[in-house]
Amino acid sequence: MSMPFGYASPEQIMRDRAEYARKGIARGRSVVVMQYADGILFVAPNPSKALHKISEIYDRIGFAAVGRYNEFESLRLAGIRYADINGYTFNRSDVTGRGLANLYAQQLGMIFTESIKSLEVEIVVAEVGESQAEDQIYRLTFDGSVFDEQGMAVIGGQAEAVASRLKERYKDNMPLPEALEAALVALTEPGGERPPATQLEVAVLDRGREHRKFLRLTGPRLERLLKTAKSETKPDKPAAEDVSLPEPPTAPDGDIDTGSAE
Amino acid sequence: MNNLFTYTGSSSFTEFLGAYAPDLLPSRMQAPAVPVGDQIPHATTIVAATCAGGVVMAGDRRATSGNIISQRDIEKVFRTDDYSCMGIAGTASTGIEMARLYRVELEHYEKTEGRSLSTEGKANRLATMIRGNLALAMQGLVVVPLFAAYDPAEDGGRIFSYDVGGGPYEARNYHSIGSGSIFARGSLKKLYREGASPEDTVMACLNALYDAADDDSATGGPDVTRKIWPVIAVITADGFRRLPDEEVAELVQAMLARRMEEPDGPTAPLR
Repeated sequence: MSMPFGYASPEQIMRDRAEYARKGIARGRSVVVMQYADGILFVAPNPSKALHKISEIYDRIGFAAVGRYNEFESLRLAGIRYADINGYTFNRSDVTGRGLANLYAQQLGMIFTESIKSLEVEIVVAEVGESQAEDQIYRLTFDGSVFDEQGMAVIGGQAEAVASRLKERYKDNMPLPEALEAALVALTEPGGERPPATQLEVAVLDRGREHRKFLRLTGPRLERLLKTAKSETKPDKPAAEDVSLPEPPTAPDGDIDTGSAE
Repeated sequence: MNNLFTYTGSSSFTEFLGAYAPDLLPSRMQAPAVPVGDQIPHATTIVAATCAGGVVMAGDRRATSGNIISQRDIEKVFRTDDYSCMGIAGTASTGIEMARLYRVELEHYEKTEGRSLSTEGKANRLATMIRGNLALAMQGLVVVPLFAAYDPAEDGGRIFSYDVGGGPYEARNYHSIGSGSIFARGSLKKLYREGASPEDTVMACLNALYDAADDDSATGGPDVTRKIWPVIAVITADGFRRLPDEEVAELVQAMLARRMEEPDGPTAPLR
């Protein structure tokens, strides 16, 4: 049987699309989303003050994304519409991170299979609960796969390297400054320079807040927090002490699937 | 569902709702053929007054259907975002729905655009919503809100009033709406002090509500036996704060103690 001119097998097409998307996503810098004692922390190195990678979707739900800005921005806006419509139709407590993650998964999966080009994005939908056990972090990849992450998620850039650095430092119930320090250490390459406060986008979903839990940490507030973070964690700076930490890291077992490795 | 992803309209939630699920818009309700206003519970008196660095809004707790008290503990003052609130008078059900939609409207803009609406922008949006309700208002489902906000640009409180056709009309210093508003405004006129502390302004508003309840049967006074107190909101640079019941109870008790001596309440100096 003769193949038509320009034939490519479906497997090949899917592989090419995935390859294309992965390359796009790996080009940027990583974003860290992790639990801390009072909620969920988002950290993204981002020199732009206006083009956000982290954003509020609803009362208890936050959003983080990497990849092409125009693509994840339209996902973000759709998420806000979805949440506001549902909250208005039913009740504010009826808007869930799981519902939103499903909506995104459908859209991402549909575009991946039906369009010539898949979206070059990877996103995290995080929902803060009444207690740490009820917090949820969902990571979604360009093909619509959903991963229910435990404790932390890293997307974009050198996600695998960042995730393994984060895993070394991650503990349950870390106070905010300590969690921020861990995220920054993870985001900084060994021997590399840490981004200054002006180049950082930091936000929290703080379960202690009333009404809307999402809060952007900027300006003097962020600088103060960075200062406490540094001074509190100085003692275990020497590498030798890391081995004999009083509290061993309690990161979840197993490899962290970053979605960007083959 | 695709509308969610491909919608390209403005950052207004109401506008999006009109395109996506128009049945959910309160103003799209079919106007009834006969006036029904008398048979539906009505919310009554709301007062608002500016204070040093902010604004105070207070509302009584009564809802009436004709001569029946349909609810003793209705809440008519709503937080709409961190720096604003609205009170409703008129048809309670439509008003509550409108307040709910308006809150989403402000939040939706804030989240999509990454900034809050200007105070004038907020006031204008509410005017459009009221105007959309005009057909229903003509059949007796009248809703008139009072909007109060802390304006960071002016570092002070601002008050906007409306009529059934919309508005907004910015009010200087203080304003009142609802059935008892005539009496409440008269009272505030004498008790309001420009630049007074939030605490003193709260006291003036409480007195105004009491005076309204004194002369208007549809306005409820503080219910001491059931411990139902007026809803009081204070908005300053620190944001919206609804006074907790215990705090209001104390203030009401102080007011009542004084009224035991002077039933007509504090008097304004004559000279």
